Amino acid sequence: MAKTIIEKIWEQHIVHEEAGKPDLLYIDLHLLHEVTSPQAFEGLRLNNRKVRRPDLCYATMDHNVPTRNREQIKDLIARKQINTLQENCEEFGIPLANMDHPDQGIVHIIGPELGLTQPGKTIVCGDSHTSTHGAFGAIAFGIGTSEVEHVLSTQTLWQAKPKTMEIKVTGKLGFGVAAKDIILAIISKFGIDMGTGYIVEYTGEAIRNLTMEERMTICNMSIEAGARAGLISPDKTTVNFLKGREHVPTGEAFEKEAARWLALATDEGATYDKTVEISADEIEPFVTWGTNPSMGSGITNQVPFKQDFSEASDQQAHEKALAYMGLEEGMALTDIEIQHVFIGSCTNARLSDLRTAASVVEGNKVHPTVQAIVVPGSQTVKKQAEEEGLDKIFLDAGFEWRESGCSMCLAMNDDVVPAGERCASTSNRNFEGRQGAGSRTHLMSPAMAAAAAIEGHLVDIRTFQLVNA
Amino acid sequence: MEPINKIKSVITPLNQKNVDTDQIISKEFLKRIERTGFGQYLFYHWRFDAEGNPLCDFILNDKRYKQSTILVAHENFGCGSSREHAPWSILDYGFRVVIAPSFADIFYNNCMKNGILPIKLEIGEVETLLQKEVYSVEVNLEDQTLTGTDGVVYSFEIDPYQKKMLLNGWDEISLTIQYEEQISAYEQKVKA
Repeated sequence: MAKTIIEKIWEQHIVHEEAGKPDLLYIDLHLLHEVTSPQAFEGLRLNNRKVRRPDLCYATMDHNVPTRNREQIKDLIARKQINTLQENCEEFGIPLANMDHPDQGIVHIIGPELGLTQPGKTIVCGDSHTSTHGAFGAIAFGIGTSEVEHVLSTQTLWQAKPKTMEIKVTGKLGFGVAAKDIILAIISKFGIDMGTGYIVEYTGEAIRNLTMEERMTICNMSIEAGARAGLISPDKTTVNFLKGREHVPTGEAFEKEAARWLALATDEGATYDKTVEISADEIEPFVTWGTNPSMGSGITNQVPFKQDFSEASDQQAHEKALAYMGLEEGMALTDIEIQHVFIGSCTNARLSDLRTAASVVEGNKVHPTVQAIVVPGSQTVKKQAEEEGLDKIFLDAGFEWRESGCSMCLAMNDDVVPAGERCASTSNRNFEGRQGAGSRTHLMSPAMAAAAAIEGHLVDIRTFQLVNA
Repeated sequence: MEPINKIKSVITPLNQKNVDTDQIISKEFLKRIERTGFGQYLFYHWRFDAEGNPLCDFILNDKRYKQSTILVAHENFGCGSSREHAPWSILDYGFRVVIAPSFADIFYNNCMKNGILPIKLEIGEVETLLQKEVYSVEVNLEDQTLTGTDGVVYSFEIDPYQKKMLLNGWDEISLTIQYEEQISAYEQKVKA
């Protein structure tokens, strides 16, 4: 029978199944970071339990870490949390890329970079953006701390088999339109909870044409559509990306693995519980205007009117969002002035993102009223970017060039947008207070954020590039 | 975790959809390494102004609901971040039951691991509850019902496995360890 990749991976990982219970699923890779793990390790200690397979774990520090002056973390509670991860990894024998390690970075950036992320794996992490790893054809999803403890102790999780959904992106992307615009358009069109209870597979011509880095941007934001996991069937692009990476086999073993990976792809004629479709041709560069990722629109539009929404609860949410964002209905999105630009996060801080942003920035200056920072996703990305001279382009234009971490995506460290100020951000969430209490976030692609930094307001990257060509 | 079956309380109506976990517990409070003490930070930026004074129009600051152990909200409650600090703060504040038409998957699971009962009701039923003022109900997990003081009975569905875990307050890891043989057998099979 024809099967989807989701069914294939799921079936391969069942340790135990019985009627009336979820499946006991084996976990191949467990990624850890400092914020959602300390209570799990403490639980192990209290119950005198061990980590069952430290060799299948990999930890790093990303959420809390400063992106400058790393020698001394001033925030004592943050420092304690970071030190606690170091101690826990030492005690339980878990590999760790700590702050001084050349592989340190955002956990969802370094997993693929190191080749830990591979097709066919089940991957979990105490972080909702674990869905990123689905880009390789893995079932990857975020879990809570109790589940982190469960995986540490047993290398398994009890999971009810989810429903499957196909999101088909047909056609070709237009000039100036990025992977970020695809996923923002999907969330805006189908809603913030369309994926609840599902694992999503992205298919279609536009998805096939994406690079691995672009596919990661798409899968990363699956959770913003409510889906714990979103994946893409592996193909040659996937195999080529992985070849030669640290944790990937070499030689004949690689060829064998590659063949196994490719065979995981969804079979012709396999069916999903639900299928939705969107045409890439109709997608414009996108920005969000509201306080959740579905409150977005093509850049040529206006902030929507209350009467554009039919349901009372949506009208109420719209009103609340505009009040928080300090926006008027009907104003042109390109008239929104910004004071901050953040290029970073597990969504858009890979080398290609920085290259794209740098190409927009080159030869221009950051607008005098804007403070702009670039936070590479990992130390490896930072090093590669510096080798290409991207740091110099950003610095010459007036951007700050920082050390790697989650940074202003969630503002747990010092990188905070002040109350009432507005940020053009390449991150994934525009919730109230996400980038700092009272901060206002507009999500967009790296090229759009870079152009906004130059102009001081939201701009259509297509117009910007024509004018600056 | 603490077993849960019958809970009787006035309900706290929080009439908002898509309440994300960033609102439930803001990131500045995620740096603690303990599981406890998060209740004081629940909905912090909706409860307090920048100076830390209570905002009187927020429902949790309404004295009539101070003793409430049941929170009612609109669709897609708990979306966004996987932070288990969200259910920890809800529990530590004093809620044992959250009612909504739908929940985000990770948050729903996290509730189950902490002895919080998340109840899904029909949208119309939830909207009725959200309109009530100082309305008390009795939740009965065993019977899967919710009974208002006016005698109206609502019934709800819950996965039988999760129901059993909640009723008994079982530690899931202890149960899973009993499958050690199968886990080892799986590992052997994969290695081969």
